[in-house]
Amino acid sequence: MAEQTFKITAETGIHARPATQLVNKAGQYESEVTLAYNGKSVNLKSIMGVMSLGVGQGSEVTIKAEGPDADQAIKGLEEVMKQGLSD
Amino acid sequence: MAKKLSGIAASAGIAIAKAFRLETPDLTVEKQTVDNPDEEIQKFDASLEKSKAELEVIKQKMLEDLGEEHAEIFSAHLLVLSDPELVDPIKQKINNDKVNASFALKEVADQFISMFEAMDNEYMRERAADIRDVSTRVLAHVLGSPIVSLAEIHEEVILIAEDLTPSDTAQLNKKFVKGFVTDIGGRTSHSAIMARSMEIPAVVGSKTVTKDSEQGVTVIVDGLEGNVIIDPSEAELAEYRQKLADHEEQKKEWAKLVNEPSVSKDGHHVELAANIGTPKDVEGVLNNGAEGVGLYRTEFLYMGRDELPNEDEQFESYKKVVENLDGKPVVIRTLDVGGDKELPYLDLPKEMNPFLGFRAIRLCLEQDDMFRVQLRALLRASAFGNLKIMFPMIATLDEFRQAKAMLEEEKQKLIDKNVEVSEKIEVGIMVEIPSTAVMAPQFAKEVDFFSIGTNDLIQYTMAADRMNEQVSYLYQPYNPAILRLVKMVIDASHAEGKWTGMCGEMAGDEVAIPLLLGLGLDEFSMSATSVLPARSQLRKISKEEAESVATKALELNTSEEVKQLVEKTFL
Repeated sequence: MAEQTFKITAETGIHARPATQLVNKAGQYESEVTLAYNGKSVNLKSIMGVMSLGVGQGSEVTIKAEGPDADQAIKGLEEVMKQGLSD
Repeated sequence: MAKKLSGIAASAGIAIAKAFRLETPDLTVEKQTVDNPDEEIQKFDASLEKSKAELEVIKQKMLEDLGEEHAEIFSAHLLVLSDPELVDPIKQKINNDKVNASFALKEVADQFISMFEAMDNEYMRERAADIRDVSTRVLAHVLGSPIVSLAEIHEEVILIAEDLTPSDTAQLNKKFVKGFVTDIGGRTSHSAIMARSMEIPAVVGSKTVTKDSEQGVTVIVDGLEGNVIIDPSEAELAEYRQKLADHEEQKKEWAKLVNEPSVSKDGHHVELAANIGTPKDVEGVLNNGAEGVGLYRTEFLYMGRDELPNEDEQFESYKKVVENLDGKPVVIRTLDVGGDKELPYLDLPKEMNPFLGFRAIRLCLEQDDMFRVQLRALLRASAFGNLKIMFPMIATLDEFRQAKAMLEEEKQKLIDKNVEVSEKIEVGIMVEIPSTAVMAPQFAKEVDFFSIGTNDLIQYTMAADRMNEQVSYLYQPYNPAILRLVKMVIDASHAEGKWTGMCGEMAGDEVAIPLLLGLGLDEFSMSATSVLPARSQLRKISKEEAESVATKALELNTSEEVKQLVEKTFL
């Protein structure tokens, strides 16, 4: 299992476009990937799950991956995060 | 039996073709117990695939026509259809409860829709509409009555709909859609603006066209008068074919004026400019021989998306417009949202009186981080052409000074960073609020120009909400009260050697044009398609005569008297 925590710096938080990018990325891995925020955890392969969290600017979120390609998944998602979502 | 309807003439021209009804099929869902759940699951999977294929086509079309930002929403829609949290529970439900696919789909989708609708954030609530939109598309396939897609029209039609959404209009193919008629909407609603920029004849607000017309019946759309005839008689068809031919002939006459100057019969020159919403509209501006852009509404850049456009993106849009205008003036209005034009991602509170509320420059001065991004983009684009900046909804000199100070600060910062900025950018204001019209002599000392926004100036002067049909009789552009305000503004600008333009509907109106010419208006900005008719009209009027009529009009008692005077003299 691998996990990493990010602080969201994007002004609009995780809205549709970044959410789309994260979900698309997560879908490329075999591992189960979750996004946890504010005590709730959702499937990061689910666009509606991610959007339902309503992650705003300044939030801390944790991504967890469990499965054969867990490390790659975290790495791949970190890259998406760095594209304007998180520092 | 022919049936006549009258609505609002939204886009000029005449079209005759078969009706194509854009409608949502009956999607009533009943719970049924099924013996073979696998079959239902297969049906569901097939419907998902068909829906995805349709969305891919729409997304591609959006991408080509309107760019990546507008296509994003369809990427999100596609992801919803691949969402395991949606798809898996539906399949489980079919399997475990042995129910039909449509029932399972509706149950699960509705849960998500109510979940999003219950959220305390406007933006999230709007996502409920997205889920409804995509799940309806799948449901229609499951039920075997797919939603007709505009992209599939391959013969000449008149589109009939309750209303057209931005995604509908984005899919319109001008080659086949000859005109459209809607039940609801006004001259400034989205569908009407799109119809004018695409130059498709349209009548909106017909109230009952969807009820009164059947699929395939012949329909005449008269976008000049706002009339619709369903199933016309031979005589009516002949009459409108003649009208259509006359209109085409008239257009050919007008087209000869494309490169002619806009001068009155006695040689007085005014500028005839066009209003635009996106860089794509520039083509229409040039084809119709406009001498500039008198109003570039930048809010379209901010709408239909989920976050603010960044500086570079804005810069590219502004640069494209000023470059394509090749030295002709381009007046760019800074962000005019709030009130009725909402940006969900700004999450502004709902207001009792949106037109009197926190909007336009009021919002920009308060949220100046956002405003400064736009100012920098404008300043950078100024190096590429003849760009002028205009602030909307200015009520006090203080507001103008604050906005101007921010502009100067951003300009200095750019210059310090060696970014090229035009030396002489004219900075003006919209005159929409009566206080500003009254104080025009003071404003004229500080601004470079005025542009009168008549739609708002009229509604604020007459205290009549222009969205409220019951008080629409108070929308009186020719009321002497309005004409006097217009005169005050024009005179004030001329006393300081400045100029005044007008960018509301009134500037292209054939009754108003002689009056405005007589009052000394310098620039008339209108829908691109109105430019040539206006030029043609202008060339037949002498300024001297227009002046004497305008002077008389100012002393008349009512709007109706003014209208009669102009019609008697010039029309």
